[in-house]
Amino acid sequence: MHSLYLAIPLVALFGAVIAGLFGAVIGRRGAHSVTILGVATAFILSLIALKHHVFDGAAAYNATVYTWMVADGLRFEIGFLIDNLTVMMMSVVTGVSLMVHIYTIGYMADDLHNWPKESLAGTNAYQRFFSYISLFTFSMLMLVMSNNFMQLFFGWEAVGLVSYLLIGFWSVRPTAVYANLKAFLVNRVGDFGFILGIAAVVMYAGSLDYYEVFAKAEDMSGLTMSIFNGTEWSVITVICILLFVGAMGKSAQMPLHVWLPDSMEGPTPISALIHAATMVTAGIFMVTRMSPLYEFSETALSFVMIIGALTAFLMGLIGIVQNDIKRVVAYSTLSQLGYMTVALGASAYSAAVFHLMTHAFFKALLFLAAGSVIIAMHHEQDMRKMGGLKKYMPITYWTSLVGSLALIGFPGFSGFFSKDAIIEAVHHSDIAGSGIAYASVLGGVFITAFYSFRMFFMVFHGKERMDEHTREHLHETPWVVTLPLILLAIPSVLIGGFTIGTMLFGDYFGSAVYVASAHDVLAEVGHSFTSAIAFVQHGFAGPAVYLAAAGVGVAYYMYMLKPGSADAFIKTFRLQWLHTLLDKKYYFDEFNSFVFGAGSRGLGNKLWQHGDVTFIDGLFVNGSAKLVGWFSGVARLVQTGLLYHYAFAMIIGVLGLLTVFVIF
Amino acid sequence: MFADWPLLSLTVWLPILGGIAVLLSGDKGDASGVRRLALIISIATFVLSLGLYTGFDITTSDMQFVEKATWISSFNINYHFGVDGLSMPLIILTTFTTILVILAAWESIQKNVAQYLAAFLIMEGLMVGVFAALDAIFFYVFWEGMLVPMFILIGVWGGERRVYATIKFFIYTFIGSVFMLVALIYMYMKGGSFAILDLHVLKLGLDEQLLIFFAFLMAFAVKVPMWPVHTWLPDAHVEAPTGGSVILAAIMLKIGGYGFLRFTLPITPDASSTLDWLIILMSLVAVVYIGFVALAQKDMKKLVAYSSIAHMGFVTLGMFVVFQIWDNPANTDHSGAALAVEGAMIQMISHGFISGAMFLMIGVLYDRMHTREIGAYGGVVHTMPVFAAFAVFFAMSNAGLPGTSGFVGEFMVIIASFKANFWYAFLGATTLILGAAYTLWMVKRVFYGEIANDNVRQLKDINAREFAIMSILAIAVLALGLWPAPVIDVLHASVENLLLHISVSKL
Repeated sequence: MHSLYLAIPLVALFGAVIAGLFGAVIGRRGAHSVTILGVATAFILSLIALKHHVFDGAAAYNATVYTWMVADGLRFEIGFLIDNLTVMMMSVVTGVSLMVHIYTIGYMADDLHNWPKESLAGTNAYQRFFSYISLFTFSMLMLVMSNNFMQLFFGWEAVGLVSYLLIGFWSVRPTAVYANLKAFLVNRVGDFGFILGIAAVVMYAGSLDYYEVFAKAEDMSGLTMSIFNGTEWSVITVICILLFVGAMGKSAQMPLHVWLPDSMEGPTPISALIHAATMVTAGIFMVTRMSPLYEFSETALSFVMIIGALTAFLMGLIGIVQNDIKRVVAYSTLSQLGYMTVALGASAYSAAVFHLMTHAFFKALLFLAAGSVIIAMHHEQDMRKMGGLKKYMPITYWTSLVGSLALIGFPGFSGFFSKDAIIEAVHHSDIAGSGIAYASVLGGVFITAFYSFRMFFMVFHGKERMDEHTREHLHETPWVVTLPLILLAIPSVLIGGFTIGTMLFGDYFGSAVYVASAHDVLAEVGHSFTSAIAFVQHGFAGPAVYLAAAGVGVAYYMYMLKPGSADAFIKTFRLQWLHTLLDKKYYFDEFNSFVFGAGSRGLGNKLWQHGDVTFIDGLFVNGSAKLVGWFSGVARLVQTGLLYHYAFAMIIGVLGLLTVFVIF
Repeated sequence: MFADWPLLSLTVWLPILGGIAVLLSGDKGDASGVRRLALIISIATFVLSLGLYTGFDITTSDMQFVEKATWISSFNINYHFGVDGLSMPLIILTTFTTILVILAAWESIQKNVAQYLAAFLIMEGLMVGVFAALDAIFFYVFWEGMLVPMFILIGVWGGERRVYATIKFFIYTFIGSVFMLVALIYMYMKGGSFAILDLHVLKLGLDEQLLIFFAFLMAFAVKVPMWPVHTWLPDAHVEAPTGGSVILAAIMLKIGGYGFLRFTLPITPDASSTLDWLIILMSLVAVVYIGFVALAQKDMKKLVAYSSIAHMGFVTLGMFVVFQIWDNPANTDHSGAALAVEGAMIQMISHGFISGAMFLMIGVLYDRMHTREIGAYGGVVHTMPVFAAFAVFFAMSNAGLPGTSGFVGEFMVIIASFKANFWYAFLGATTLILGAAYTLWMVKRVFYGEIANDNVRQLKDINAREFAIMSILAIAVLALGLWPAPVIDVLHASVENLLLHISVSKL
């Protein structure tokens, strides 16, 4: 199997290299053919690997590909760890990526319009785009397939690089190149914590290899380290929190979430692939992979849970006031990532990954559907200028409905199973913070249903608010766009019900996920689990289903029955302040750009002007040069060139010396 | 195939004599013939220096390719060459970089071509001499000698404030070196030998060591340069011609780092261990303070110059954090010192590639626009897409992206310094944020956005020669980033030996 595993990322890389370096030679058709062929091969091989591990029950595979270097007894390696968790991630990544590749043919067909005529960068942009998304697939595969911390960091930063390149893909747009810099830097703040976490792992476990480190987890849980003088911190807590800071960056948890909404400046296919389905879930995957470490630190788990709960609730609220179709989906992604993080905190790793999987399908679907709408609307993204698209775009309409129902957790849809499992798991958890988390995830259900159907109604129903020209040209998008929608709609409905039994309550993850028996909330949830259908019935006994229904109902009332009642509602209850607060996204951006942006530029300028220019150069360097100059200037005064001055000085000198000799 | 040739002498003298030949042939007025001659000499030197790698025995820490002859017998000064794992990679870096510098001057230098190229060739020989010399006075001669061609390069081919910059460069570095000479003479008086390896085992009391330590610090800290004696570097870079900047950043700064490894640590281990906090402090200030200062720069060359200072902070941090790695009781197995020093070495080699590439790229832009002001650019990606691809690549390497060489050294040093103290790693790791911020913000302002003005609109993408230079460097950066083992393996024996030596007190 070794060469098969190796082939999976390499075929994706091959496509990326060919399309990237020889894009001009092979042309558009060549570029999308070679990359799609590569990713399709990777997908098929991933399915073979999935079958090998899941259905044939092969043991976890852990082997080195090559030794990067050995220094000081520490082995730095590139290697693969393939188990049930990995094969699931590989299949999701390559599967969604394949859909996005196909979709891109349609979405980027008239991309030349997005570039100024004189731009040479625009000529091969189509090929470059395909190269990037294949490169992303390669990087993401290397990340999930890694068997050690260094390669994890490689993949981690490589997906960040591709994300940077793709958010700023339309490099002529100031907003895009602002957003990509912001995304990279905010992610670097996360990576800052991440690399310190890795350093701590190296120090206390003496290895970078997952299995070797996990074997030391219990020993490490007894150790403490001193960070500030006189305080002792549990080593494992420090490691887990530092690693989680990395996850907060990549998986956009508060307060490092600020880059994700702005990343919507990139083309829609990458919003679906990178900023919804795969890359942003890397943090969730990482924590799951590290479950043998996290299980030894309840402090870290509480921290994870509270951050996740805040993100799930507060980011969902922002989604309510957004008018840009992509931003609504983006905030919903943030909120759903919060759900996954809450599940991690509750030690329900399987539920987090299960939600990661269902979310990958329905959120990719929602993004691609939004993209389909955007194509039809001639790149208009403001929902206030849409409405009534149902009759023009039936396939997009129905697939969007499927995606929205899956997102809000409509009973029987994939999202229902995964979200309900998380809610139930949090309900059973008793670590610190689980009360707040439970309230947040329940509140989040109502909010999710409300903003999802607010968007759905504003886009597809009601009055047609677009201008005449756009309306005349409205039509369903071509098959390369709608086919991925249909193909993604199928798992959005079905995959949850089919896999919940094995993934959550069976022994699917086996040794890949470790849960301490005291934290095993999923086992408690699983006591009453008999079948997917029974789980749905059981769901009606909890509040979530009714909250979702209420959310849809309120949206229906406000945006279908009584359009404009939302404004009246705000006025009656004097909620303008809340609307402003949400519209300003809790002022995170203002704070960051003032404190960190302007602050660090100002600090840099001050240090430069006062430290380097005035102090070091002015006082010491040029100061000592001036001192020499001044001294020689004084000395020069004595050198008058007049003989009698010298003679006079000589006589005075001789007299002086004589006096000295006589007296002493 | 060169096994029994005096490779080190050849690598030193071929470029020096070749440089003189270039200088003499310059009067005939045939510039392209001169360029070709210089290129051939530099390539021949590089090929010769590769013999040092292929013939290198990685299992021993002894000096290899040793050549020794009496030079001034009355003072026991010898013509003494030899390399180990610490110097050999830096020699190859030198011969490699010189080829690129000569290629880069192909079109941009039209005045006094022969003199310009000769200066680089002579400087190449002198710099190789610095790395290869095993006699302290012999070393000192090369050390001071290489200042002369650089002084001339900045002073003659430099920008508007070239005289201020070149004098500042010369006096700064010269003052530093004089103290080193005094220290060397003192040790000769005491031990009767100028052989560096003899100095390593010379018994010295702590007071003597402290004075010698400071004398060396003056010389090497200026060269690296470390904060607060770094202010000559931005000025020198801004005024230097492209090739001068490349050599300055890629090679000359490394000579300071090499000096710490070859002289300071082994000769004054007790002083180094007593004062390691000072060097660590200066290094971390370099990473953080200089990182912020780089953010404020408006001139591309100044920005990259400051970025060099910050990156060299990792070099000195890695070298001097070893004592605290050993002493930290929480670091139960006392490992990590070799990781730190090897990380510092890799960081030097990688910085040679990356900073060289950055300055060459600024040169490409300067040749076309005659300005280095960031504000004068914008949207270059639209007119120079191939060049922009290289620029983003090298910018990412400068920001330490994994998979490029820039990551390797930083990663090793951060991991190792964590073993000494959490806060060293914490402050060092801020480079992840700061390095990305100043580099990518520059990329954003220069390359992205709409085409800023007509000058940018007229830009022509890089030609085949420039493409070749960039590609060679990109391959080097990628190769070292994806598989550093071949370089790391060269270092092991010498680093282990060095650490063993400095772990034993001389008192």
